[in-house]
Amino acid sequence: MDNRQKEIDNLKDYKYGFSTDIENIQAPKGLNENIIKFISKIKKEPKWMLQFRLKAFERFKVLNEPNWQKPKYPKIDYQDLYYYSAPKSVKDKPKSLDELDPKLLETYKKLGIPLQEQARLNGIAVDAVFDSVSVATTFKEELTKHGIIFCPISEAIQNHPDLVKKYLGSVIPTSDHFFATLNSAVFTDGSFVYIPEGVRCPMELSTYFRINASNTGQFERTLIIADKGSYVSYLEGCTAPMRDENQLHAANVELIALDDAEIKYSTVQNWYPGDKDGKGGIYNFVTKRGLCKGKNSKISWTQVETGSAITWKYPSCILKGDNSVGEFYSIAITNNYQKADTGTKMIHLGKNTKSKIISKGISAGNSDMTYRGLVDISSKADNSTNYTQCDSLLMGNKCGAHTVPYIKNKNSESNIAHEATTSKISEEQLHYCQQRGLNPEEAVGLIVNGFCKEVLQQLPMEFAVEAQKLVGISLEGSVG
Amino acid sequence: MKEQLQRDFDNIVKDLSLSQKDIEIKKFCLDNFIIKGFPNRKEEDWKFSDLNQIIKKNIGELSFYSDYTFTNKVDTSVFVDGLEHNKIVFVNGRIEKIDFDYEKKNQIEIVDQSQIINEFNNSLSDLNSAFTNKSFKILVKKGYQLSKPLIIYHTTNSKIWSKNINLRLDFELDKNSSLRIIDLFNDTSEKNFFNIFYNFDLKENAILKNYKIDRLENKNIKYSFNNIEQEKNSNSETFILSSGSNFFKNEINCNLKGEHSSAFVNGIFSLKNDQHHEIRTIINHLTENTKSYQLIKSVLEGRSRAVYQGKIFVSSDAQKTDGYQLSKAILLNKESEFNAKPELEIYADDVKCSHGSASGSLNDDSIFYLMSRGLSYQQSRELLINGFLLDVVEKITDSEIKNLVKNMIGIKE
Repeated sequence: MDNRQKEIDNLKDYKYGFSTDIENIQAPKGLNENIIKFISKIKKEPKWMLQFRLKAFERFKVLNEPNWQKPKYPKIDYQDLYYYSAPKSVKDKPKSLDELDPKLLETYKKLGIPLQEQARLNGIAVDAVFDSVSVATTFKEELTKHGIIFCPISEAIQNHPDLVKKYLGSVIPTSDHFFATLNSAVFTDGSFVYIPEGVRCPMELSTYFRINASNTGQFERTLIIADKGSYVSYLEGCTAPMRDENQLHAANVELIALDDAEIKYSTVQNWYPGDKDGKGGIYNFVTKRGLCKGKNSKISWTQVETGSAITWKYPSCILKGDNSVGEFYSIAITNNYQKADTGTKMIHLGKNTKSKIISKGISAGNSDMTYRGLVDISSKADNSTNYTQCDSLLMGNKCGAHTVPYIKNKNSESNIAHEATTSKISEEQLHYCQQRGLNPEEAVGLIVNGFCKEVLQQLPMEFAVEAQKLVGISLEGSVG
Repeated sequence: MKEQLQRDFDNIVKDLSLSQKDIEIKKFCLDNFIIKGFPNRKEEDWKFSDLNQIIKKNIGELSFYSDYTFTNKVDTSVFVDGLEHNKIVFVNGRIEKIDFDYEKKNQIEIVDQSQIINEFNNSLSDLNSAFTNKSFKILVKKGYQLSKPLIIYHTTNSKIWSKNINLRLDFELDKNSSLRIIDLFNDTSEKNFFNIFYNFDLKENAILKNYKIDRLENKNIKYSFNNIEQEKNSNSETFILSSGSNFFKNEINCNLKGEHSSAFVNGIFSLKNDQHHEIRTIINHLTENTKSYQLIKSVLEGRSRAVYQGKIFVSSDAQKTDGYQLSKAILLNKESEFNAKPELEIYADDVKCSHGSASGSLNDDSIFYLMSRGLSYQQSRELLINGFLLDVVEKITDSEIKNLVKNMIGIKE
């Protein structure tokens, strides 16, 4: 019993709450044209990229921070943030993994990232982002053989300018909303993926983001292009160290699927959610948008959201190509003082387009959770269908669960169905489990995992195991 | 618009003999409205229906003043046949008749309210308070149950044009009392904007049945706000037939304050051409053991557009809440549109709340089934639509009124 208690105590505290002592190169605090020029210069970017950033910044200056969301947060002083921070030792990029700073490797080890042997065993190619600079990319050779490009976006800007120029900002334009525009102006790094025509990516691609330096906003930019008839599954995992102050994370993710291509994007998000009293934690204001550009294309988002003090994001699909398919599977868990306002947008433009939304929300403690989603079937999207299901589970009467779906049907040949329920864990189920020897927390874990099953099934194997554990850990202390 | 408002306001004040204090309150409301103006799509509640634009497009310049110093003739031909009822008759926005002939005199009290109350904090209630000429409060005494329904006639004639008409009525149902209302719109005028506020106060065990019927085709723009306060064991039933006007937004706000109180809202949209209607409901479950049920069905032809925004709010004290909401729409034309925002905001865990929404075309299989049995396409279509809508009409608990509504829609059994 003692051992078990210890184990639970260990788990209760944030597993990834260490910070690594490495010297950082930081740009001075604040946001202005010079900082943007500095970022562009230090990354040795071509002129068009700087123009892209400056254009976004011009737009950013006239935009107002949105305030329609449910979770309110104290005003962020955008001049009090560092917009660039890179581990010093990476300045001269190491040629192989062995040359990496051992401390860095240790950090990744603690995170459980399979960077070296582990990577090989698991067959995952990892592009690890440490603060703002991508430090190591494994499995490059294997991927190159298939003609797949998987590299930090800063490298792609240098080596594949045509592709980047063509697609960057094509789904999330520089003139988009406040946070997306901020990202366009100051993004520092992120991943770039290009899958050539007809190629099925032989392994799952994965990026691990990690915010390390304090007072740093992290602004990555991910761009994934699946050319005709290709397939890729991309995994994103996030952790951040424990700090008392709140940190801002405003990433942009753009997906483009051409004819017959499929992109599967999975996220397990385990940023630092703040402590039990709601102090600290990440503000996760991310813009994720996928464009099904070609015929018969498919984009599928799967997310498990357990971290962040505030999660505010809506991974979306624009179904432009005829017969294209968009899917969204989500589990969002909030505990203590966490807040989440998340959901999706399915915009049907092409004929015979289909979308499916499965969202599971669990709130406990003093937390607040909102599902907010849009299904918009335009007048040209004949014969389209949407199915939406959002279920919420509440634990205790101090938390909230809300559902705000927007449903727009402008086409008489299309069908939309939406269902939502809110309930609590039934006493009978709890009793049943406890009668068979599970303690209350294990019982809750089991029932919640069952509640989320439809979404967990969508995750790739490696992630599913981690996600299941996370579901359990996130709810520790919420019963009894 | 500002000068117009000021000028019309001065005229109103001149006509009415008001105390200095009332004039000040009215002035305050006017100033509020001048600042806020008509709601537009930037406001979340008006996201799908931009009233400012709709008024501009359909009416243009509005005038806010109507001369109420002379009486209008009541056209008795509009009265409902075959159903004995009490009457309140508005002609062009002026109360011409209040008649409770079928009831015991001392059980109903009609109070002329000089005091202006403006408890709903939105720009249209400001407009209403600033320009209403007369507002009555109808009190149903303890234990009295009206034997006949009350029909409120809203009749207009071609004398008014581009006018804003503001109405306000208050109802108080004391313990164990009950009231049935039919809010009936009979307008033959065009291009006017109606802004109607009703407030209902339901004490313990009171029962309200509220049927709102807008069926005759007309080119007016209407906004109606019903606020229902409910105490212990009270019961409210609202039925909306939304069909006649060019634009109509019905808003129902219901506060379930007492245990075992329940609210039912059922609605039908039957629209064609360029009509644009909206129903918005907010049901606030504020205490334990309360219940709400909502069912909205739409049949949309032409380029019509229906909007349903329904919200169920459950406060953290309201354990054992039962809330249900369902909206369904049939789109008959490629250019018709259905927008829905069914919303749940829940802060208590031991609740049963769910909502559903579906929209699409008529089921081809059902049409095929009926046609294979010898019906024409047109007949099959009608049969299916009737069946679809009958579901809502059947929810009406008053059998007399249910039959009346069935006749109005032309549903045959």
